[in-house]
Amino acid sequence: MSWITEFPELSRETLVTVRKTLDSSYREFSREYGENIEAFFDPLLYFLVWFEKLLLATPWWLMIAIIALITHLAARSWRLTIGVIISLFLIGLFGMWEDTMSTLSIITVSTLLSIALGIPIGILMARSDRTQAFVTPILDVMQTMPAFVYLIPVVMLLGIGKIPGLIAVIIYAIPPVIRLTNLGIRLVNKEVLEAAMSYGVTPWQKLWNVQLPLAMPNIMAGINQTIMMALAMVVIASMIGVAGLGQPVLRSITNQYFALGLLNGLAIVVLAIIFDRVSQAYAKRSQQYLGGRE
Amino acid sequence: MSQDVLIQIKGLFKIFGAKPRTIMPMIEQGKTKQEILDNTGHTLGLKDINLDIKRGEIFVIMGLSGSGKSTLIRHFNRLIEPTAGQVLVEGNDVLKLDEGALRMFRRQKMSMVFQHFGLLPHQTVVNNVAFGLKTQGVEKKERLAKAKTWLADVGLEGYEDQYPAQLSGGQQQRVGLARALCTDAEILLMDEAFSALDPLIRSEMQDQLIQLQETLHKTIVFITHDLDEALRLGDRIAILRDGELVQVGEPKEILLKPADDYVEAFVKDVNRARALTVENVMKAPVNRITAQTIGEALEQMRASTKDYGYVVSDDGFKGAVTQETLEEAIEESDASGSDLLSDELYEDMAEISPSNLLEEVIPETLDNECPLPVVDEEGKLKGVLSRSRLAEALGSS
Repeated sequence: MSWITEFPELSRETLVTVRKTLDSSYREFSREYGENIEAFFDPLLYFLVWFEKLLLATPWWLMIAIIALITHLAARSWRLTIGVIISLFLIGLFGMWEDTMSTLSIITVSTLLSIALGIPIGILMARSDRTQAFVTPILDVMQTMPAFVYLIPVVMLLGIGKIPGLIAVIIYAIPPVIRLTNLGIRLVNKEVLEAAMSYGVTPWQKLWNVQLPLAMPNIMAGINQTIMMALAMVVIASMIGVAGLGQPVLRSITNQYFALGLLNGLAIVVLAIIFDRVSQAYAKRSQQYLGGRE
Repeated sequence: MSQDVLIQIKGLFKIFGAKPRTIMPMIEQGKTKQEILDNTGHTLGLKDINLDIKRGEIFVIMGLSGSGKSTLIRHFNRLIEPTAGQVLVEGNDVLKLDEGALRMFRRQKMSMVFQHFGLLPHQTVVNNVAFGLKTQGVEKKERLAKAKTWLADVGLEGYEDQYPAQLSGGQQQRVGLARALCTDAEILLMDEAFSALDPLIRSEMQDQLIQLQETLHKTIVFITHDLDEALRLGDRIAILRDGELVQVGEPKEILLKPADDYVEAFVKDVNRARALTVENVMKAPVNRITAQTIGEALEQMRASTKDYGYVVSDDGFKGAVTQETLEEAIEESDASGSDLLSDELYEDMAEISPSNLLEEVIPETLDNECPLPVVDEEGKLKGVLSRSRLAEALGSS
């Protein structure tokens, strides 16, 4: 009657076999298909490398001017624009310009990819309860599974480098945009939807002219969250060879360089604030029509 | 105005729940709504609705909340699928249309106005009005031009580039109305269209709808929970209770001959002075006088029990006379020798029209001891309205 006092766990041998079988079959899978999968991602890798080189090759003053211009176009706020110029200048002053550009490139690409993948998935989820019931637990796993755990199979499959880093960032960062696209579409005012239906819209017209625009405040909130989460992944992604602000942070941890870690950490914070304020201000400005009577 | 039937609803049932079709046999067995809900968890939304709606009429469906009126109107354009029954528009069953045909039907045949307007918040007013046309793929220039004329027609000129949130409720609903009219659909579905507006704006909107209808001659299905509104707008009214039709009829039938206690309770609080017209309550003119001379007139009057009468000729109503005037006049005529019934003998009494609301004739009716003559547009005497009859009509329940 040992199961009363001790948990009836599987025997050591069984557990080892299970783990070994899983590991070896995955290894075989990655040996078999690893190259093909890597080749599949090649275009993305080229783009990523090209984009990073572009950001690094652009003179620093031109880069600051471009970012300031985008900020101003999106937010129309001189205070924000001047703040962005000053913080970028400080980043450069403290010798973090190149790392910041690398981080900026991977964040931009992973955010764009997250949006490009996340919004269609969110739309599909909103269209059927069954899809929602299927996707939601997957999103839960993606958000709660420690990032290191899903780094293992990605690295086994694709090795160390930019692409696995990008995939890791996207896995971690994509759930908010999917969730909020789904939520936004489901929350679209029922009467507006009925009105559109009663005028004979096609499913495509309904999506494009009614559901997406009305869900936009939520989708924008999702995109904002996705950007923030992507930035949070920068340090972890640097563990598998993604260049950028994460690497000095990683070095600081192993060597106990407090000041270096702090500075690079602050640079990440600055990037996050720029992305956040700009996207929020843009969202707010594009939804002015909801403001009501003045 | 032709009176052929445009929309026909036949044996329409709607059951809400997991397996609505399995409930149909229970209804045939005569189970009540409550029994079905208790035993199966299904809600009987609409029960055996049969309606004929004529071309060009304003047909009002009224009921309290939960009576199924909003569910019913959504069957007209199939925003809701029925459990059983038919919806025929010009003889074609809307329920048999496939997806594409249903879209074309919604674009061309029916447009709808919603209680909370259902406007697109991110589009300007003019784009909202043009929404139906955009859906149909009409060129931008053309649809905006058309939308602008409709906006002007509902009194919103100059608001084209505003956003809905910048307008008041009444203005937003005008946009909703303009959007519905902009597609030139023959049938207008109005789901509690004015219920969310405050009373003053509501009555303004009602006036506007009546005014528009005079030129447009649409077929309008209007949903409301407000009997005053129903009586004011409706050519015919259907009263819905717990998903069943209780009574269908013209406003005066509903008011004067309520089908059951439910309708009667409804009707009790109605402002009758505003709902009933003179025609609805007047009495036939009993004491007509068709005389040429005072003598004949006096003779005819003495034959009746009344001491007054209404002189009519082939041309129509001439005027009202009292016995007293006639008796004085006949003495004078004995002296002068002229016995003709002349204009100066007629009483100075208002004539009222059959289409007047009671409200409009209360002062005149009360001012006169004799019943007022009701004279139509052609000058014919149609009836009389007495103080007592007026009091009876306003007070009866």
